[in-house]
Amino acid sequence: MASSVFSLASATPSASLSSHDIEKGKLNLRNTSLCFKKEKNNPFMKIKSFGRISMVVASNVSRFEGITMAPPDPILGVSEAFKADNHELKLNLGVGAYRTEELEPYVLDVVKKADKLLLEKGENREYLPIEGLAAFNKVTADLLFGADNPVIKQQRVATVQGLSGTGSLRLAAALIERYFPGGEVLISSPTWGNHKNIFNDAKVPWSEYRYYDPKTVGLDFEGMMADIKAAPEGSFILLHGCAHNPTGIDPTPEQWEIIADVIQEKNHIPFFDIAYQGFASGSLGADAASVRMFVARGMEVIAAQSYSKNLGLYAERIGAINVVCSSPDAAARVKSQLKRIARPMYSNPPVHGARIVANIVGDAALFKEWNAEMEMMAGRIKNVRDKLFDSLSSEDKSGKDWSFVLKQIGMFSFTGLNKAQCDNMTTKWHIYMTKDGRISLAGLSLAKCEYLADAIIDSYHNVS
Amino acid sequence: MIISRFLRRGISTSTSPTRRRSWWDHVTPALKDPINAVTDAFLADPCPYKINLGVVPFFSLITIACSSLGDSKNNLGSGIFQGAYRDDEGKPVVLQCVREAEGKTGATNFLCIGRESTSTAISSKLVEESAKLIYGEDSDVIKERRFAGIPALSGTGACRIFAEFQKRFYPDSTIYFPDPTWSNHRNIWGDAHVPDRTFHYYHPDSKGLNFVALMDDVKNAPDGSFFLLQPCAHNPTGVDPTDEQWLEISSLFKVKNHFPFFDVAYQGFASGDVERDAQAIRIFLEDGHSIGCAQSFAKNMGLYGHRVGCLSILCNDKIQAVAIKSQLKQISNTMYGSPPIHGISLVSKILSNPDIKALWLKEVKVMATRIQRMRATLREALERLGSPLNWQHITNQVGMFCFSGLTRAEVDQLAKEFHIYMTHDGRISMAGVTTKNVDYVARAIHEVTASDRDIKILHNIGAYKVNTDICSTSLGTKKTRARGMNLAL
Repeated sequence: MASSVFSLASATPSASLSSHDIEKGKLNLRNTSLCFKKEKNNPFMKIKSFGRISMVVASNVSRFEGITMAPPDPILGVSEAFKADNHELKLNLGVGAYRTEELEPYVLDVVKKADKLLLEKGENREYLPIEGLAAFNKVTADLLFGADNPVIKQQRVATVQGLSGTGSLRLAAALIERYFPGGEVLISSPTWGNHKNIFNDAKVPWSEYRYYDPKTVGLDFEGMMADIKAAPEGSFILLHGCAHNPTGIDPTPEQWEIIADVIQEKNHIPFFDIAYQGFASGSLGADAASVRMFVARGMEVIAAQSYSKNLGLYAERIGAINVVCSSPDAAARVKSQLKRIARPMYSNPPVHGARIVANIVGDAALFKEWNAEMEMMAGRIKNVRDKLFDSLSSEDKSGKDWSFVLKQIGMFSFTGLNKAQCDNMTTKWHIYMTKDGRISLAGLSLAKCEYLADAIIDSYHNVS
Repeated sequence: MIISRFLRRGISTSTSPTRRRSWWDHVTPALKDPINAVTDAFLADPCPYKINLGVVPFFSLITIACSSLGDSKNNLGSGIFQGAYRDDEGKPVVLQCVREAEGKTGATNFLCIGRESTSTAISSKLVEESAKLIYGEDSDVIKERRFAGIPALSGTGACRIFAEFQKRFYPDSTIYFPDPTWSNHRNIWGDAHVPDRTFHYYHPDSKGLNFVALMDDVKNAPDGSFFLLQPCAHNPTGVDPTDEQWLEISSLFKVKNHFPFFDVAYQGFASGDVERDAQAIRIFLEDGHSIGCAQSFAKNMGLYGHRVGCLSILCNDKIQAVAIKSQLKQISNTMYGSPPIHGISLVSKILSNPDIKALWLKEVKVMATRIQRMRATLREALERLGSPLNWQHITNQVGMFCFSGLTRAEVDQLAKEFHIYMTHDGRISMAGVTTKNVDYVARAIHEVTASDRDIKILHNIGAYKVNTDICSTSLGTKKTRARGMNLAL
């Protein structure tokens, strides 16, 4: 085959090759020695020799010269600061990762068993289909909607394995951007910090609905309803299925019904983020009640799931996006488009976490064990809440009502502390939390409740 | 507006399956890959000796069926579709080095659960080892830590993060792809909203590199353009530039101040030697380019389903590396959080443990050697059958794929008459060729290229002027062609 080679004969740094040079045909490069010498003292200049011709070529300055540091993540930054602290009484109440009473990470027994099974089976590592492991997709939908749910039997759910909650939310966001241009997502104020980033990067506009009432340290239900009513028809309403992050404040069952009424009236689409199924009440089934209620009303629903917390599979990145449609045909089409979005993101999802979840949820004995461990974990957090409330009530003589600690649900508690008070928690008491006043009860032991209570009381009363 | 069209849907409280209006009425089925008809035909083919040489159902709704059927019938599976390696029995392979690494990493993985510090440490190790592998352990870039890297979801994920990064910091830039290139490249940069253009690459006549046109396109592109390059085992053609050609390309890139982004999916698979396969990159490094690199461990470590890869970008110094890394992490944080730890810990173990790494290097050589042997065997078989056509491109081309030069009609005929399936562009996945089936494949190819063969013989005799209209009308109807030829004679 003809391949033309040529030599750079010009001595000027900005030499460009004339087409004549190239089209000349076979130029013999063999007689020309290319030697590259690096000038160690000036990193920006390199000397190239071509036979007797030397050329000085400016080495490329980085294309990314002007790039600045991205701002640090507010949540993960807390852990870093905690690590750097040497105080013996320090306490990390930052990240929502479950810890035992000894404040150690917890590997669920069922996960160990499932992992061992996988190792023994020695299965191949072939690509999953774009939509993920079929066995996983089946069990995850069953877990959320209930295996007997008509929507599953009628094949009206498009389920695609995603990279935990984040990845699943991103797939849904991309679907919204593509098929509902200009369609807005309403998120609670406050909400998990990464929600905004996900919608921003997916170029989906968002606005907030009132949620947290600092006066009551509870739900601003009136505000929430007003804001959802005021949103343009056909908006996407992002709801936390249970155990709201960061406040721990969940609507009551009665309030859920009213929320569903309003959403139906306004023709909005309910978009659930379920990251803590099992962590709210301790029962996996009960925690899916809100989602199931919406689905039972015949509504089309989007639901993102994560197994990071409830199975402790944070690092394996396993979750799913589900879209409940009014027909199996719509579900098939939606699924194909979710795949179309996933393929240029990562081609197909990771296999390991999917196999673990499929093994656990798909095996009656392991599933039962998981239910028990879930109850244990949620139970520990409930006990800690009780102890914290007791400590606060007994230590604090001001008569302030601390019962919100008991009313809030899940891993987190919104203490109502402001930024200055949170800073005091850290600087004086070496207690690390996020600046919005959120503490992770999953990182609290019974032994430390009194210490924490003292710190909160001090910060609340003595700092403003 | 699309939204208003769907505002008047009725509120249904029944759950009966009768057709109801849906929010998703306007969602059409994703475009099926054009070769899906062939995929479906392969799956539906009851022939017990059917052969899959790399049909790819990227958007097929039958993909689920592929993965469940694949292992029971013929052990061909859906993996072969995406260019997964198969042994001589046609079976998927789990490398021994992977099993050994797994034995050692089990406990560690559990420590990652809820402990970001351990995950972060393992991720950093992966990036460091990946960078050493591609840039060279002794390279200045490594010693001076002049690279920003994050683990990525295999090659696709690494490319996507880079495409998003490129869009963010060079919003008006385009990306140049070789023509042809892996089909997903266009989707990746497309979804990142970066427009693409192509540069000449494959020469259909020679079935090799169109170097003159390539250099022309590189020269004519605006200064400072972004180019995607495949350093070895080009997908789909198997055509790689020589070292001398890489030197030329690198020099021209310098002059034009282009940004080279390398998609490294087959390090080790081209020559069997990971250092050799990194030559193109080492050349660019030597020339002082600050490149970007997407690495995949899907093929060379057989970790397809684990989604392990690495994205790295070379920088001026350590400080800039920290800044760039923070931006890359932010992009990935909103896409999927962090990458899955299992694959990362396997790869970092394999690369950092000298014994396991030595084992890996041996296994990569075995895989690459088998492919090379199949190439040689297929070519020899065709030549032994007396095909006067030139088949040297089978052994000239490198890596998993061979661009056979077969026409669409011939590909269809191979499927219909011989139950051999490949993509319509004539791309053969050599991983699907085994000592058991290579003779059959050769015979089949020889058969379907009969008309090409006859034409060539007649050409050589000088007695026949090819009327291409007559020959290419119908599918494998030799009669028509013969008639055409007889008429001409």
